[in-house]
Amino acid sequence: MIRDFGLLEVLTILQGMWTTLALSAVAFVGGGIFGTLVALSRTSAWTWLRITSAAYIDFFQGTPLLMQLFLVYFGLPVFGFHVSAWTAVAIGLTFHASAFLGEIWRGGIQAVPRGQSEAASALGLGYIDRMRDVVLPQAIKLSFAPTVGFLVQLVKGTSLAAIIGFVELSRSAQIVASTTYKPLIAYGLAGACYFAICFPLSRVSAYYERRFAPKT
Amino acid sequence: MTYKFDFGVLLPYWPQLLHACLLTLWLAATAVICGFIIGIVTVVARRSGLKFLRAIALTYIEVIRNTPFLVQVFFIFFGLPTIGISFTPWTAAFLALSLNCGAFSAEIIRGGVDAIPRGQFEAGAALGLTPLQVFRYIILTPALRIIYPALSGQFVLALLTTSIVSSISAEELTSTVQLLDSDLFRSFEIYIVATLLYFALSTIFSLIFKGIDRAFFSYPIK
Repeated sequence: MIRDFGLLEVLTILQGMWTTLALSAVAFVGGGIFGTLVALSRTSAWTWLRITSAAYIDFFQGTPLLMQLFLVYFGLPVFGFHVSAWTAVAIGLTFHASAFLGEIWRGGIQAVPRGQSEAASALGLGYIDRMRDVVLPQAIKLSFAPTVGFLVQLVKGTSLAAIIGFVELSRSAQIVASTTYKPLIAYGLAGACYFAICFPLSRVSAYYERRFAPKT
Repeated sequence: MTYKFDFGVLLPYWPQLLHACLLTLWLAATAVICGFIIGIVTVVARRSGLKFLRAIALTYIEVIRNTPFLVQVFFIFFGLPTIGISFTPWTAAFLALSLNCGAFSAEIIRGGVDAIPRGQFEAGAALGLTPLQVFRYIILTPALRIIYPALSGQFVLALLTTSIVSSISAEELTSTVQLLDSDLFRSFEIYIVATLLYFALSTIFSLIFKGIDRAFFSYPIK
């Protein structure tokens, strides 16, 4: 039976929006933690660490997110981890985010003038103090706008979880579209929900980009 | 770990995989060219004196940039037929990719155009060039030189985005390997191979853009 597009359908889509937000948050926090490690490896003094992290970043930037999700989804059971779609997608997106955030923050760290970390060394600060108190606070400010920009990409990227069958915003729109046979409204509404999340973030990113832009 | 890897099952299918790679490259290349043209037109519209043209261009850019590609594809392929506009999967994929690439290119090109000092436009006008000539020689070419790295990065991203059109069963690399997967049940191996193929394709794509950079944007200007 074809159902009408009623309150229940709208609620289904809104519920999906909530899942999308949760998934994005998990991936962003996880990606942030590993991304910090990637950025620090990328700027480390050890050559092999720099090369490994560069290869890691290249791999994630040179292959489609969909393939990365498939690899995690089909790969984890091969190694004996039988996890839910939710966990697989969260892990896949975390890897993806860590590579991109790592590259963004590497840029931020390297944009901090060298004299800063040299001065910190001269004051007798060790690596951890130097990073935590001198370099990273400035790097964070410099890379704030691109980080928020990537968050928009990440929110949009979570939609690919729908292809694996994980029920988030896009998948709920798909379900609603097929039960009501009103794909135009269902996908239109889903698009509007994504827009409601992403547009404010894009504005914030653009605002800080202007604010922190080098004066010309 | 008891799983035995077997990449050998994929060997007899290499002509299919090669064909799929070429389809993906073809889809990406046509969509990128089309998207680039859309991007330039959008930038012209955004700078035009007509308010409604500016509004349309801005809405287009913001809507495309702030919604996922998957939803855009679904909207075009599943949504539009209900109001009587229907496409084959391939056309829908091409259209969605071009529109997507167009919006992102427009934003990048706009950044480059904004970086051209105003005095240049005025100098062009003072030399008696038509507005179109000013746009082409004085704005677009130097702007392209500035934004070329960002733009080619965006185009490589468009190539990776093509994998998503497998969800409307447009024939390209991802949909081909999904079909193989349903025959062979060797998901992990198949997706490893597919991922490596994509990596190779994106490397080829960026090499092509490096070549274009050498040929057209290196100093001295020919």
